[in-house]
Amino acid sequence: MTDRPGFHGYRRPDGRIGTRNHVLVVPTVICSSVVAERVAAATQPIGTAVPHLAGCGQLGPDMRVTHDTLAAYCGHPNVGAVVVIALGCEQVVAQSLAEAARRHGKPVEIVAIQSEGGTVRTTEKAIAIARRFAEALGAQPREWCDASELVLSLKCGGSDYTSGLASNPTLGRVTDRLVALGGTAVLGEIAEIMGAEHLLASRATRPATATKLIQIITRVETEARALGLDIRGTQPSPGNIRGGLTTIEEKSLGATHKGGEVAPLEDVVAYSAPITQKGLTVMDTPGLDVESVTGMVGGGAQVVVFTTGLGTPTGNPIAPVIKITGNARTARQMADNIDLDVSGIMDDSETLDAAADRLFAEVLAVASGRETSAERLGHREFAIHRRNPTI
Amino acid sequence: MKPILVISERDNVATALQALEPGRDLTLEGGMVSVRDAVPSGHKIALRMIRAGEAVIKYGSPIGLATAEIPAGAHVHTHNLASTRGRGDLEAPRLEPQPRLAEPPDERNGVERNGVEKR
Repeated sequence: MTDRPGFHGYRRPDGRIGTRNHVLVVPTVICSSVVAERVAAATQPIGTAVPHLAGCGQLGPDMRVTHDTLAAYCGHPNVGAVVVIALGCEQVVAQSLAEAARRHGKPVEIVAIQSEGGTVRTTEKAIAIARRFAEALGAQPREWCDASELVLSLKCGGSDYTSGLASNPTLGRVTDRLVALGGTAVLGEIAEIMGAEHLLASRATRPATATKLIQIITRVETEARALGLDIRGTQPSPGNIRGGLTTIEEKSLGATHKGGEVAPLEDVVAYSAPITQKGLTVMDTPGLDVESVTGMVGGGAQVVVFTTGLGTPTGNPIAPVIKITGNARTARQMADNIDLDVSGIMDDSETLDAAADRLFAEVLAVASGRETSAERLGHREFAIHRRNPTI
Repeated sequence: MKPILVISERDNVATALQALEPGRDLTLEGGMVSVRDAVPSGHKIALRMIRAGEAVIKYGSPIGLATAEIPAGAHVHTHNLASTRGRGDLEAPRLEPQPRLAEPPDERNGVERNGVEKR
């Protein structure tokens, strides 16, 4: 063991490190989602489901995003084993999801409602499989892993004026520290980079990366114009405006603090696509909290840090989500949802560096298994980003 | 707690850290501003006169344009400040990727240091 910071995680056959050891119950399609939820409920907390509204009647690109996101969760390092719940006639192919799990060395079985003979038989059989998997996973020990093995998802939601002054800069310092140690961080929410893109682009290590970031931001603005739609009205949200944020530029400049001050921007990737570069990656996700977290975890993040001003309960089915706020009132009023209170920064009773020390320690403790508020409360929100109508 | 926070020395607005009442005089580095409107905690106050059409600057970067003349000490919010980005009624701005490769991000460091740490 060295002096380098680290955590106790699960080393996977593919070399990646998990911070959790879940049995993932994955429905191929909305039609098998209820069965998947029941199987997960019977095997909690190890069993966890990713119920969703898609999997059939989707056009090309949306179908691919649905499939790739589900496959990414099947191969995710926080997942130790997978049970696929199929219907039988849907577009998403159960075998293909099972193959994604196998490719990463995870045990997997498929149970299909049509061939099994209905809800009752499918549920019973899948619960038996999930229990067997859970028992085997329960015996697997954690081992010491270097902090550089972490992929941290950076998220903010329910922002107010404290977000840009306290919680986001605190998280930014943790980002810089983790990246300096050789770790990885991912920033999403393209609409909340709008107006602050010049700061991130200037940190790109290759011109092509800066160009890609600018192209994605321009696409979002051009799409809004082509549809005659206005991002104002949703960005900033009505709650953001009550909190004192006036424009998207202002919100973005505060939000982008999460990405640190110096961490080099190494890559820009598509929604839920694998995060392969150490350093900072930007992922093309929408601003909607649950869709954004779902995509960044799909990319491989094993821990999420979620800053909030107004407070929000969002969690994730397979990754722990740490809530941090700089708003003293929110820390008090929503104490059950908040893991870390950094409101001392606002009244000068704590420095940003001291708050970052506490947050970094919390990230490592949670990576080693400490339960977050969202996990304790059963917040396991999951939503796959969609762009097109269902046919 | 200080009544207002100026994040960058380039800023022409500050964030109120407590509710501000009209008539109150606030001391700034190198000057003073008299509160003109009631400003709720967390909202912005103009540090100097901002002309209509001029950029409102916070974190050292533009956060939109003034839609009316904003006197020093006035509340700055949706009634006198509008975004220029992501609008259905305006052409998306032509953004030029200009990575300053291998240069330290002085600007951003400056924002942070002048802002929160320096307090």
